[in-house]
Amino acid sequence: MKTLLEEIISKPHIGTIEYEPKDFKPDVDVRWCAGCGGYSILSPVQRIMPELGIPKEKIAFISGIGCSGRFPYYMDVYGFHGIHGRAIAIASGLKIGRPDLSVWVATGDGDNMSIGGNHFIHGCRRNTDINVIMFNNEVYSLTKGQYSPTSHKGQITKSSPLGALDEPFNPAALALGAGATFVARGIDKDRNHLQYLFERAAAHNGFSFIEVYTNCNIFNDGAFDSFTKKDVREDMTVMLEHGKPLIFGKDRDKGIIIDGFKPKVVSLTDGKYTIDDLLVHDEKDSTLAFILGNMTYNPDVPRPLGIFQSLERSSYNDSVQAQIDHEVATKGEGNITELLVGKESWVVK
Amino acid sequence: MEKEIIYLDEITVRFAGDSGDGMQLAGKQFSDTSASSGVDVNTFPDFPSEIRAPEGTLYGVSAFQIKLGSSSVNTHGDEIDLLVAMNASSLKVNVNNLKVGGIIIANIEGFDSRNLKLAKYTSNPLEDGSLKKFNVIALDIEAIIKEELKGSGISPKIVKKSKNFFALGITYWLFNRPMEPTVKWLNAKFKKDADVLEANIRVLNAGWNYALKNEAFKKQYTLQPAKFEKGTYRNISGNHAVALGLVTASKKANIPLFLGTYPITPATDILQYISGYKKYGIRHLQAEDEIAGIASAIGASYGGNLAATTTSGPGLSLKIEAIGLAVMTELPLVIVDVMRAGPSTGLPTKPEQSDLFQAMYGRHGEAPLPVLAAASAADCFAMTIEAARLALKYMTPVILLTDGYIAQGTEPWRIPELSELPDLTPNFATDPEGFAPYIRDPETLARMWAVPGMQGMEHRIGGLEKQNITGAVSHDPENHQKMVEIRQEKIDRIARDIPNLEIMGNADAELLIIGWGSTYGAIKSAVDAKTKEGVKVAYVHLKHLNPFPSNLGDVISKYKTILVPEMNLGQLRTILHSKFLVPIIGMNKVQGIPFKTSEIKAKIDELLSEKEAVI
Ligand SMILES: Cc1ncc(C[n+]2csc(CCOP(=O)(O)OP(=O)(O)O)c2C)c(N)n1
Ligand code: SF4
Ligand SMILES: [Mg+2]
Repeated sequence: MKTLLEEIISKPHIGTIEYEPKDFKPDVDVRWCAGCGGYSILSPVQRIMPELGIPKEKIAFISGIGCSGRFPYYMDVYGFHGIHGRAIAIASGLKIGRPDLSVWVATGDGDNMSIGGNHFIHGCRRNTDINVIMFNNEVYSLTKGQYSPTSHKGQITKSSPLGALDEPFNPAALALGAGATFVARGIDKDRNHLQYLFERAAAHNGFSFIEVYTNCNIFNDGAFDSFTKKDVREDMTVMLEHGKPLIFGKDRDKGIIIDGFKPKVVSLTDGKYTIDDLLVHDEKDSTLAFILGNMTYNPDVPRPLGIFQSLERSSYNDSVQAQIDHEVATKGEGNITELLVGKESWVVK
Repeated sequence: MEKEIIYLDEITVRFAGDSGDGMQLAGKQFSDTSASSGVDVNTFPDFPSEIRAPEGTLYGVSAFQIKLGSSSVNTHGDEIDLLVAMNASSLKVNVNNLKVGGIIIANIEGFDSRNLKLAKYTSNPLEDGSLKKFNVIALDIEAIIKEELKGSGISPKIVKKSKNFFALGITYWLFNRPMEPTVKWLNAKFKKDADVLEANIRVLNAGWNYALKNEAFKKQYTLQPAKFEKGTYRNISGNHAVALGLVTASKKANIPLFLGTYPITPATDILQYISGYKKYGIRHLQAEDEIAGIASAIGASYGGNLAATTTSGPGLSLKIEAIGLAVMTELPLVIVDVMRAGPSTGLPTKPEQSDLFQAMYGRHGEAPLPVLAAASAADCFAMTIEAARLALKYMTPVILLTDGYIAQGTEPWRIPELSELPDLTPNFATDPEGFAPYIRDPETLARMWAVPGMQGMEHRIGGLEKQNITGAVSHDPENHQKMVEIRQEKIDRIARDIPNLEIMGNADAELLIIGWGSTYGAIKSAVDAKTKEGVKVAYVHLKHLNPFPSNLGDVISKYKTILVPEMNLGQLRTILHSKFLVPIIGMNKVQGIPFKTSEIKAKIDELLSEKEAVI
């Protein structure tokens, strides 16, 4: 029997679902600073929404606290601005309770790696079908510039005037270690690539984690310039593409080989190596994903961008539903009166 | 042999032994059997916080106490009439609660030199005359069982494990209870294990026959059935009742139930019960911590589920920030706090009522919400329904307080027909025409429940202050003042929607007792007893602590002396003080054990005699 909730949410959509990106722009001003990397996330997200092929009332964005936390206000779908660090937990409950929705999380490096770190790792292993976009600006921006769990050692911030002493998290490796099925990384300067990553995340049935290096031009300007600026990017980053060798460099003249477990940069021009010697990316290979994830802070290799891993595994919400379906199929739909009466009752006449 | 039959009105039995002795099981069988044969029962399991404390030790004693009565039984009994003591330690920790003339059934094997040493006895109490005040029946249970099962081929290991059924058989004889319910239970339990089944049934019968034939057992006790309202009954614990209450509330609201929670004693049972209810379409998440428990519940509530989170004091502390979010977003949520003795880890398996302040005030900002408290194990069902009713009708988180005493203790519960329960259908927003997320019902001030999935109503809500009606983020000073006041007013108005207090005992008294939560049993028993004696004492019991029932002020103003017994240092008393500005006497017990009826009676006597002395 349908519940009242099921009844109201299963009403057919009236009209078209052939949306334009502008259909997802609500009638409010975006309040991020001019030049904030956040805009570079917002626009590809709005661009992929029409491609989801679902009515927009079936989409929900959940956020925590931070500059990234404002994201839901800038999407004309259902939005819930939660509390610091808890977006994944809130989104998990929403998705488990409402598997018909497409559920997204916008979070920050502080929100997701510090106060929300526990929910993040458990989100990764549980594999609820939600898409988590982490605005990594390597600083706490909303609170005006303290170091974050992804700030690099020695980083000067308002709360580390003499340099941060902590080692940073490597978010991609953390996600992989915690069992996330979909782990990707992009940069704000490459919106087209972000759009691709978001499309893939949306298509992935399970927990998707996309780390986006996002410039905060107020509190940590240029944090990623050393490898994202136009003139250095091709030499300092490498794109992970499924089934393709790891080639990089302005002239596509360098590649990555694997030496034992160690990735190593080789030249394709000195005659020693050819493309065939290079490491070929495989999104389904979780051992490889660990090696690639660990390249992040390795100064001898380029910074990997793209999809580290995309594995298919039953999502938590599907498993919950499957358990319910199995119980109902084998035992019949539960009868509340029988449950209340139980097995050891007696009647007083 | 002639046996004397004695008719009693009430009796208290306590089974005590090592964790491995199966005393909880024996106790539960005894109480279920007694209840189903028509007497009123109230039970309390009392076990150590260690899972398997070392055998024979004083701190490892596990006990189960049952009070039976042929009229209403509200507590598990002050003093024990019959103690089953499987070893020396279980005698030692319980003997002080034994009535003079009470019966001790002692298992001799548990009184060997090793056990005596562990119990810190210098001589054997079964032999040194120290138990003269009691009627001691010492027997070597294992030897008797062995004799009884001779030639049956049943292994000694099974024999050792069936000692509790022997003790149970004896108690069944002593109180003339039927054995069929336990035999039926054994049949279901050991369907696949014929040896164990046969052994246990034979041992149970052996216990009965032993008592029947043995001269040490001269008297058999009988209780008349209690007068119960017509209906179907079962024995239920508070935690079980909360679990059933949540499922039933979701049925009455016709929306799915979601429980997001994290295990903590003494609330864990609720999660365990609910996790088995999948065929009722129930979803639950055993989250990574309490914060994720409530946050996931808020997410589910945002999605239109009846959402709940269950915990005890330390967990409630962790949930508090998120409760503020539910207050701000005005989403329905049932929060159950099964209180235990604190602060910090405190006495984790022992009850206390010391989370009242936390429930009432433990939030940042002005964040009012309804606070309820269940009075007994069976009342946990009704109060869970009430919590869901208020949450859904007023779009608010609600805290329901129970405690370790009623959560684990049991009593007969009349199972209601679904039609007797209130309709809980929520007010979903379904019409996009003129929709705004914070439009309010003029009567209740509740907003409508606008859930994702509804076309044309896409909107954003969150923890930031919002413009009334539109729900848009607003930092406007006047608007904030208005919104804070509206949220308060919404909760205050609930007073119109809850029953007035009924005065129990003798309304025409000078002394009024105000109780709340699990102290109901002890206070009610004391007030009933005093009333029978012709002593004038009035009693009201609060189930709604925020807001209070509308007539509380009136009631309070009519009495000269007001007594508030509670298992804390005066939390309700302080709240009543500040609200009604009248002197109130506190009676405060924080020992991890519930009040005894006798303690309340003594306090009544003391207060009334002081009065005379003044006159
Ligand atoms: C419980 C709680 N603690 C602290 C804060 C203060 N706070 C707000 S945002 C934030 C850090 C945000 O950092 P990040 O997630 O990196 O977001 P960004 O602003 O950089 O996007 C902190 C510490 C808060 N709002 N709530
Ligand atoms: S402070 Fe930084 S992160 Fe925040 S909006 Fe401005 S630029 Fe963006
Ligand atoms: Mg940040």
